[in-house]
Amino acid sequence: MTVPRPHRRRPPLGVLLLASVAVVFFLIPLIGLLARAPWSDLGSLLSSEVVVDALVLSLVASIAAVVLSALLGVPMAWVLARVAFRGRAFVRGLVLLPLVLPPIVGGAALLFALGRRGVVGEPLYEATGLVLPFSIWGVIIAVTFVSMPFLIITVEAALRNVDQRYEGAAASLGASRWTVFRRVTLPMIGPSLLAGFVLTWARAIGEFGATVAFAGNLQGTTQTLPLAVFVSLESDRDTAIAISLLLVAVSLTVLIGLRDRWLSR
Amino acid sequence: MVVAAALIVASCGGADGETQIRVSAASSLIDVFADLEVAFEEANPGTDVVLNLAGSSLLREQIIAGAPVDIFASASVEIMKEVESAGFTEDEIGVFARNNIEIAVPPGNPAGITGLEDFDRDDLFLGLCAVAVPCGRLARQSLQMAGVEPLPDTNEPNVRSLLTKIEEGELDAGIVYATDVLAGDVDRIPIPSNVRLSATYPVAQIVESPNPAGGADFMVFMFTDEARRILLNHGFLSP
Repeated sequence: MTVPRPHRRRPPLGVLLLASVAVVFFLIPLIGLLARAPWSDLGSLLSSEVVVDALVLSLVASIAAVVLSALLGVPMAWVLARVAFRGRAFVRGLVLLPLVLPPIVGGAALLFALGRRGVVGEPLYEATGLVLPFSIWGVIIAVTFVSMPFLIITVEAALRNVDQRYEGAAASLGASRWTVFRRVTLPMIGPSLLAGFVLTWARAIGEFGATVAFAGNLQGTTQTLPLAVFVSLESDRDTAIAISLLLVAVSLTVLIGLRDRWLSR
Repeated sequence: MVVAAALIVASCGGADGETQIRVSAASSLIDVFADLEVAFEEANPGTDVVLNLAGSSLLREQIIAGAPVDIFASASVEIMKEVESAGFTEDEIGVFARNNIEIAVPPGNPAGITGLEDFDRDDLFLGLCAVAVPCGRLARQSLQMAGVEPLPDTNEPNVRSLLTKIEEGELDAGIVYATDVLAGDVDRIPIPSNVRLSATYPVAQIVESPNPAGGADFMVFMFTDEARRILLNHGFLSP
């Protein structure tokens, strides 16, 4: 007895050709980077204090951004997917705005709002003495602002694709709303949630514009890997390329690890 | 209708009726070169100055890669020397302006900054340009000459982003150029002349340029009284 296999005809040549062009398009800059890489000095360049400080800060800030995004972004996505309310389109547009806003504009806006003399920042400073710019908190806020929309958009799409009858069935059997979410909804959106986390993290670790505009640039405090690249690009190109390679290696590892989860529900 | 046709003819004239002079200028010169362009074009009807503004090091890369450039105005003597040693400049390099570094503070000087000696205070929010850019290098040299070990809260990648953070009052003080103090919404705290350094702006004609005669005219113009007046208006100093 043979099960009919999914069609295994050769993919159309034209499609393959265009896809190859796309691959080359993304490959060329990488080759440019590899061609200019200072391979023999790579070890010493990457173990310098500036690079190690920036790597630690980038990892801390990007992981913090994922945690904050999970805490706030998943409920936001759930509300957008499941609650019909007036102004939902506006709220969705608002929380997805950082996807299209030039990051440096987002950073400047954060500065105007949350800086020591900002609309919200000034009362905060007067009340608590807390200053967000020029501190790691500023970095975390900037990268979270830019990266959280990736989680919201991914999780909202996943929630909309969940067949709500499963949730209804669980509820009718007496499960609480939290149990339904934890035992039914969450497993169904699991792969998307993971994909969302990885995209959020990848965006956070590569963030430059909002960070430099809001948090500034100081080694060990606010200088993340992308800032270190930018600052050393003028003076010390070898270091800049070495840090870029580190970023590419870390990001590719994670993105390849994600494989096709982004496509599955 | 007639006007529109005339405009079209006029704008088409640029290709053959007008001669172009291609000027590559450092991005910090954007405001002053806009004025210099207008003045030169008024004095030389039928000439069209085309500005290419970018960081000095990028402009250097473009010239060495063979970009069609008549005039190069750099914010750094070192970069001009690199273009010269690569054999891309005509014989004469002229310094057309200098730009002092200054301490900028938010309007009203809320933190009561008095001078360079405040730059090692931990209780203030202080900014400098990164060491990689000229304003950061000059500021640190000045501070060193004044015997101050700076404790900046940020090393901004360019002078404009530093200026923004001072204008907003997020930084209590920063070291920028005199031209930025003039252009920005900030107050100036003078630096004593014995420890005050300045950036030097060289200009040169590029070899095998598309318009050598026009380039030569522009080089002459850069050292006229009129050009000097425009530079002074923007806060630059005579060389």
